Amino acid sequence: MIRFDNIGLRYGSGPEVLSRVNFTLKPGSFHFLTGASGAGKSSLLRLMYLGLRPTSGTITLFGRDVATLKRADLPALRRQMGVVFQDFRLLDHLSALDNVALPLRMAGTAEAEIREHVVELLEWVGLGAHLEAKPPTLSGGQQQRVAIARSVINRPRLLLADEPTGNVDDSIGMRLLYLFEELNKLGTTVMIATHNEGLISRFPHPRLHLDRGTLTVIPAEASVAAAMTAVASGLPAVLAGSLTGGGWPP
Amino acid sequence: MMFRHRFDLPLVEDATGRFLIWIMAVMVYLGIVALAGALVLAGMASRWENGLTGRLTVQISPQPDTPGRGSDPEMVAPLVQRTEVALALLRATPGVLRAEPVTAATTHKLLEPWLGTALLDDLPLPALIDVQVAPGSDPEVPALADRLARSVAGAHLDNHAAWLDDLRRLARTVQLVALAVVVLVGTAALVAVVFAVRTGLAIHSPVVELLHIMGASDRYVARQFQAHVVGLALRGGMVGLALGLATLGLLDRATGEAAAGMLPVMALPPPQWLALPAVPLVAAALAAVTARWTVLRVLAALP
Repeated sequence: MIRFDNIGLRYGSGPEVLSRVNFTLKPGSFHFLTGASGAGKSSLLRLMYLGLRPTSGTITLFGRDVATLKRADLPALRRQMGVVFQDFRLLDHLSALDNVALPLRMAGTAEAEIREHVVELLEWVGLGAHLEAKPPTLSGGQQQRVAIARSVINRPRLLLADEPTGNVDDSIGMRLLYLFEELNKLGTTVMIATHNEGLISRFPHPRLHLDRGTLTVIPAEASVAAAMTAVASGLPAVLAGSLTGGGWPP
Repeated sequence: MMFRHRFDLPLVEDATGRFLIWIMAVMVYLGIVALAGALVLAGMASRWENGLTGRLTVQISPQPDTPGRGSDPEMVAPLVQRTEVALALLRATPGVLRAEPVTAATTHKLLEPWLGTALLDDLPLPALIDVQVAPGSDPEVPALADRLARSVAGAHLDNHAAWLDDLRRLARTVQLVALAVVVLVGTAALVAVVFAVRTGLAIHSPVVELLHIMGASDRYVARQFQAHVVGLALRGGMVGLALGLATLGLLDRATGEAAAGMLPVMALPPPQWLALPAVPLVAAALAAVTARWTVLRVLAALP
């Protein structure tokens, strides 16, 4: 799915932010990306969603060496990824509906189809009554759900989330992780950058840990398997292929 | 309507949009006035040239020794005789299709706006002969002038060549000036578009970057700016067109009233009036291309 070989990154002539980073995310895998603030998590994510070019090394994304790709080929690759930003990065002048519709519009999906899918997904995340609401009128948790809906509306092959639980309390953080696990079960490769150790310990997934630009892979701990029993129920048809009921966990 | 037309970028809220409307209005206005001026002059020059090409004028002075001074009724009969001689000579010249004297009434009518009626009656006016040359024939003008001068006292042949040359030069110069004005105005408008688009890109760089990360192609982003700029350019262009047409209408009316004999007809013919609305459309098209080019150039710097 994605492979980093000896990736190094520095901004301008500054110190190296990432040094000889090596890892592979297999299709359908779920990883946490951990590390202290300033460890390089956001830079690593930016490299993954092609928002940056590495100073050295090779990134292979969906089986293609990114360095050899033409610039015109990159948008199509980016559209196969969903990104959840720590600060949501919603467009304040657009409604929740239009924000979530953005990836589909970029992909040239027909408007009727867009409407059907977006309304369904927003209803599933509990925002059916806020379709036309502008982000500034929504609460932090609601904005976060809009941002997540936007990142998954086009059923991405790779989902990257930067501190998605950073602005919410633990119960909402748990719900978010359940949602990401559901998507992962449907085949989406997931990478979540977080420093919320308490939350992570409840989910049995390997971690990529960054410490001053150097990456270490930590295997999943079996002891947290019990936390998986409360996985949220089904997803909307736009994601799962059929509407299985349930919705945003109460 | 849930999915009404909208921009992903909040461009409509930009102050640069309002400034671009007025810039385009002024530019289209100036472009229309310059274009109309060039068209009017081209039409005038063409009408004069068509009217004079293939025409010669023979002027016979009433008093050959002291032309233009005083009035001597004794000279009237010789002038008529000399005119007859000149007419005979001209009609016998190969290539001359027609040679007709200009009547005194016509000469008076031509001079009346300039000299008034009272003075005209006291002036000894020259006899004029209007000569039409057969198309394709080319009589030797210097030789004909020489023969006329030797045969008819006070006769002078004018083929309007010098005047036509001056007219052509004037028309070309004014057209070049009009073209330069249009080019300068157009360049200024396009620079304004580049400035507005670059400002928009700078103001909305977080959104542009977000769209880029989400997989928007450069063309997708460029289309947003393009549509926005075309909308502004058309709105400004319509204002400029309305002001331009109003100005030309006023000028048309004013010159129509003043032209009675004194000025040549300076009105645009109807088909050329119809060409003027093309100015804002062309301006909008150029603005669209410029906006697209600017966005694509700037976005090319993104990874």
